[in-house]
Amino acid sequence: MNKSTIVVGGGIAGMTAAGELSRLGVEVTLVEQEQISGGHAACWDRLFPTRRPAEEVISFLREQTDSKVNTFSGRPVTEILHHESMFTATLSDGTILRGESLVLATGYDLFDASRKEEYGYGIYDNVITSAELEGWFKNHQPVRTKNGRIPSRVAFIHCVGSRDEKVGNLYCSKVCCITGVKQAIEVKEALPACDVYSFYMDLRMFDRNFEELYFEAQKNYGINFIRGRLSECSENEDHTLVVKTEDTLTGKPMKMIVDLVVLLVGFVPRSQNTQMLLKLKLITGNDGFLQPEDEHNGDNLTRIPGLFITGAVKGPVTIANAVADARATALQVYSFLHSNR
Amino acid sequence: MKDFGYQAHRDNTIDFEKNDFRIARFLLEREPSLNLCIGCGSCTGTCSTGHFTEFNIRKIHTLIKRGDTEMARKQIRQCMFCGKCQLICPRGINLRNVILGINRALEKI
Ligand SMILES: Cc1cc2nc3c(=O)[nH]c(=O)nc-3n(C[C@H](O)[C@H](O)[C@H](O)COP(=O)(O)OP(=O)(O)OC[C@H]3O[C@@H](n4cnc5c(N)ncnc54)[C@H](O)[C@@H]3O)c2cc1C
Ligand code: SF4
Ligand code: SF4
Ligand code: SF4
Repeated sequence: MNKSTIVVGGGIAGMTAAGELSRLGVEVTLVEQEQISGGHAACWDRLFPTRRPAEEVISFLREQTDSKVNTFSGRPVTEILHHESMFTATLSDGTILRGESLVLATGYDLFDASRKEEYGYGIYDNVITSAELEGWFKNHQPVRTKNGRIPSRVAFIHCVGSRDEKVGNLYCSKVCCITGVKQAIEVKEALPACDVYSFYMDLRMFDRNFEELYFEAQKNYGINFIRGRLSECSENEDHTLVVKTEDTLTGKPMKMIVDLVVLLVGFVPRSQNTQMLLKLKLITGNDGFLQPEDEHNGDNLTRIPGLFITGAVKGPVTIANAVADARATALQVYSFLHSNR
Repeated sequence: MKDFGYQAHRDNTIDFEKNDFRIARFLLEREPSLNLCIGCGSCTGTCSTGHFTEFNIRKIHTLIKRGDTEMARKQIRQCMFCGKCQLICPRGINLRNVILGINRALEKI
């Protein structure tokens, strides 16, 4: 058999790894359970910090994979076996794929915001998630309340489902801060008369041009940043919302009536694959995401030789970082396939 | 009326529906750089007045942005206008103009 690999998951990480490996001459089979590739990024409109259309990045990756990589879509991988140095991946329709190596690029789930009941998601009309707002932007849907009013105040809530012992997630989801800043700017652009507030604990502007976007949000868009975690949200009779927090920079409790609340939901491990990964005895961290063999010198390796992990399956990442990670993974896979095993 | 010995407490909450944002609007128009504050506290840390009194310039201008002007009314006159706060501010906020603006606004409003 030729040097072969199976890539499970056709999000940014999986598509990048598949494209790179195919260019290196490896016979690649890519499996994506959805009909369209791109993973979560296919649901986003414009990307932080430059606000470049997400579609641009995805179509580049599609060019690298379409017609070059053997692709199975519309069906998930439900079982992975490792036997005598071969991997078999079984799809839900019974199709069996075989390869000498396998890349897990199965990504993440969004935190289920209804678990933070005190924020009223799924109960109140005008509490939405950042992922839904991205969908509105993508579908050119105007920013309105449920009953069609133009909001005059919008509140962004940071750290929903992250940094919160109450939901069992101690980790930071990394990308929601900058997503919130980007979306606050976009709301203000769409509705210049609207006052936009961001309620945060820390603003983690860790990557290049992130802090600059935060600065721009303050300087050119007048976004109001208030340091304090949302304690609770309640609905008025007219479906506006009361948000309660502490303004920790003045040390006083604060309340405000807003028309729309946007919850910046974090990353959680993808639950559908739990059983499949348990059977492989892969190691997870306390956060539930897959743990690489060596966080510095082998961060795509697992305890099984030939099985690699890449992208958000290891925890929160940006698209740029997922691309870099997947390229590194491709090289690891390539050298594994060419080693004397 | 019978006196039961109870008193109504002053509400300590910053209430956006009740507070007065006229001074905040005046200030932000006059000195837009005020919106760049990141609450780092360098201004307060360096302020000589703040070292000897309750005066806290960061809190004063943050509260004004929340529509709460009480602290400014009580304390802004204590500022000696030395400008150290402005020299140190990492966001380049023109704090002397902010303080001047607070004084002007309080004379009028
Ligand atoms: C609201 C929000 C906005 C964001 N905006 C940006 C942004 O502007 N810029 C940026 O850099 N990042 C952004 N991100 C982060 C971005 O979504 C991630 O970096 C990226 O999606 C990670 O890609 P991935 O391929 O690792 O995972 P995923 O996108 O989760 O892709 C995994 C893929 O694997 C598939 N899959 C899973 N299990 C199976 C299985 N068993 N069989 C077959 N297929 C399977 C899934 O269907 C999915 O397509 C944002 C995140 C959020 C939450
Ligand atoms: S990136 Fe920001 S919003 Fe997201 S969890 Fe971390 S601190 Fe909270
Ligand atoms: S100008 Fe006023 S507020 Fe600023 S450091 Fe001097 S005394 Fe303090
Ligand atoms: S030094 Fe500047 S940024 Fe820091 S708290 Fe004072 S005004 Fe704000």
